[in-house]
Amino acid sequence: MQVTEYKPKIVAFCCNWCSYAGADLAGNNRLNYPDNIKIIRVPCSCRVNPMFILRAFQRGADGVILCGCHPGDCHYTSGNYYTRRRMALLFSMLSYLGIEKERTRVEWVSAAEGAKFAATMNEFSAQVAALGENKRLEDLRCKP
Amino acid sequence: MQRIGVFVCWCGTNIAGTVDVKRVADALRNEPGVVFSAEYQYMCSQAGQDMIKNAIREHNLTGFVVCSCSPRMHEATFRKTAEAAGLNPYMVEIANIREQCSWVHKDMEIGTEKAIVLGRTAIAKVNLNAPLTPGESPVTKRALVIGGGIAGIQTALDIADAGFPVDIVETKPTIGGKMAQIDKTFPTLDCAACILTPKMVDAAQNDKIRILSYSEVTDVRGFVGNFSVTIKRKARYVNEEICTGCGLCTEKCPQKKVPNEFNLGMDTRRAIYIPFAQAIPKVATIDADYCTMLKTGKCGVCAKVCTAGAIDYTQKDLIMEEKYGAIVAATGFNPISMEPFDEFAYSQSKDVITSLELERLMNAAGPTSGQFVRPSDGKHPHKIVFVQCVGSRCAGASKGKEYCSKICCMYTAKHAMLIRDKYPDTEVYVFYIDVRTPGKNFDEFYRRAVEEYGVHYIKGMVGKVTPTGDTLRVQASDLLANKQILIDADLVVLAAAIEPDKSARPLATMLTASMDTNDFFTEAHPKLRPVESPTAGVFLSGACQGPKDIPETVSQASAAAAKVIGLLVKDKLVCNACVASSDEAMCNGCSTCERVCPYGAITYADKEFRMPDRTTRIRRVAQVNQAVCQGCGACTVACPSGAMDLRGFSNKQIMAEVDAVCK
Repeated sequence: MQVTEYKPKIVAFCCNWCSYAGADLAGNNRLNYPDNIKIIRVPCSCRVNPMFILRAFQRGADGVILCGCHPGDCHYTSGNYYTRRRMALLFSMLSYLGIEKERTRVEWVSAAEGAKFAATMNEFSAQVAALGENKRLEDLRCKP
Repeated sequence: MQRIGVFVCWCGTNIAGTVDVKRVADALRNEPGVVFSAEYQYMCSQAGQDMIKNAIREHNLTGFVVCSCSPRMHEATFRKTAEAAGLNPYMVEIANIREQCSWVHKDMEIGTEKAIVLGRTAIAKVNLNAPLTPGESPVTKRALVIGGGIAGIQTALDIADAGFPVDIVETKPTIGGKMAQIDKTFPTLDCAACILTPKMVDAAQNDKIRILSYSEVTDVRGFVGNFSVTIKRKARYVNEEICTGCGLCTEKCPQKKVPNEFNLGMDTRRAIYIPFAQAIPKVATIDADYCTMLKTGKCGVCAKVCTAGAIDYTQKDLIMEEKYGAIVAATGFNPISMEPFDEFAYSQSKDVITSLELERLMNAAGPTSGQFVRPSDGKHPHKIVFVQCVGSRCAGASKGKEYCSKICCMYTAKHAMLIRDKYPDTEVYVFYIDVRTPGKNFDEFYRRAVEEYGVHYIKGMVGKVTPTGDTLRVQASDLLANKQILIDADLVVLAAAIEPDKSARPLATMLTASMDTNDFFTEAHPKLRPVESPTAGVFLSGACQGPKDIPETVSQASAAAAKVIGLLVKDKLVCNACVASSDEAMCNGCSTCERVCPYGAITYADKEFRMPDRTTRIRRVAQVNQAVCQGCGACTVACPSGAMDLRGFSNKQIMAEVDAVCK
């Protein structure tokens, strides 16, 4: 029997102005990060509805990371402050539901921080991989 | 049902090198809604775009996905392609398979698999795209320049030349800024006042320019093309319209002991004053902190001597609200405080001065009327030590700035040269870390100081300055000769680092313009958009963006003006199409969205609704001003009833993307 390496499924929400550009820069500089991380572009980190994150966990994601501009640098002035508060609430609720808090993260990545983006993704992926599959919120009806 | 086309780009070998583009195109052909799928070497080329246009016509596409480079790169290109083929430009989505796939992964299998998922995600989104039309907003054809130094003056003159009205807001009683305090300019050694004051006069006489001196911007609202700015005109207790600037009051005022900030406190002025002879506007200002009349109510000398009757002790601050289409920040710089650098004995000896103080000492209109003498005893100094980089390039140090202040090498060479020229009996030493003189005719200028004027340049830093009796003992190291030096100098001049003006930080907050860690304004792009702030409609001029000399400041000022003119000639601005919109049937008028909106784009209106039982009800519902909304989406998450959604990034679209990624 062939043993395949476990790869967690990770959704990364990146704001258009800082983190998505930071991810592009990581690519420009040919910095590697795991392929199991898929980026969804949003205008601002504050566009991310907690429902999106719940949906991802329901659909079988093992980890969700949310990246935005550094505090004070938000393209929309205050969007990332909303994100910070909302996610603090959501993550504590998720951990109450049994989703380990290591499966979720908010990280500030600027457009100039390609290296930070890659490093964060590598580290987060390893962290989620160590926890194994997320079965707590997964909706079995969504399984193929 | 959508009819979607998929176009996979090779980008030469950039994508095709690690992604099997053919397999991607084949795999995506079977996705829901897809009726056409193809790959091509360069989708962004004319041939590639023609291929898309033909496919749109042939296959009657209602939307398409391009699997290519980052949407930050070519989203606009492909939207134009769609438009040219008669498709709504917002029916296009980009799957980023270059920056976020082929360039990240080295393995063909991994790259291809990921590219397919990214393509599938974009298809899931475009299936839910709806045609969007951007709104339009009018442009107020008037500009505001904040700061009246050479940068602000030049920007205002250029904008006014193009026929648009400009207001200059300056906190000081006069425009002119730092350049007015400078004696001579490098590398030509012409006098600063001789080239600056005609420009000040031009600005004053231009009927398109209004100078609001002794004024501050206290609030900025609105957005590009439609700014609403609150300006505080500080009470100067002199009627600007009536004052003739004769200066009689400034001679008769009995309060003589006010430190003169124009001469950096090296002499005194009266409580009522005109900062310098060529000040614009040339009107007197009463310094309320020192005026006896304002403090105790007993004096009134200036009112008695004023033949024009311009003095008004009852004057109050005036708040005015003005509309502008564009705003230029030109807040300039200041030398840093020398307090943390007490090893140079700045606070202990009057004969340790900064370079800007030296400018005033050498200026004919300065505190010594141009006599170059020591501030302590009025004697002519014979041995002068210049210390470079005081507070500049202090990386890792607890004090000072990390950056190079850029102008100090050149002005120190200028000072050394001027002193040696006027007083050949003076010995001049310059201690430096590096001499940095890039710029047209700059290095030649520095070489002249060394070779023609015999200025002693010594590589090394000064460790300590100790006042000993009449002289200043300078302890320094000569790094090239590898030895310690002791010099008994008569005067020590410190090339203080420069920092952005303190008013810049609160201004940046008002303008929602970003700043770097040193409080310099950040440009929209460091190379390609150097005079624009990332906030639309806000432009940068002069040293508020970074250390600059006069030629650079003037060129940036003109560049900022060109950008402002380019904005003001437009009658209408096309807004962002991806804005929030509220479903009135679901909205319950709770005001949550209004409170989180950073732009004040949401208002409420009472609307009549027909109920199922055929009665009508009036309900309060949210309405989004499309011209003001920037499309961040904060309101969409805050909305408790789910009525608020963001066009182009709707809840359904993002959910579909999540589903596709997790499939």
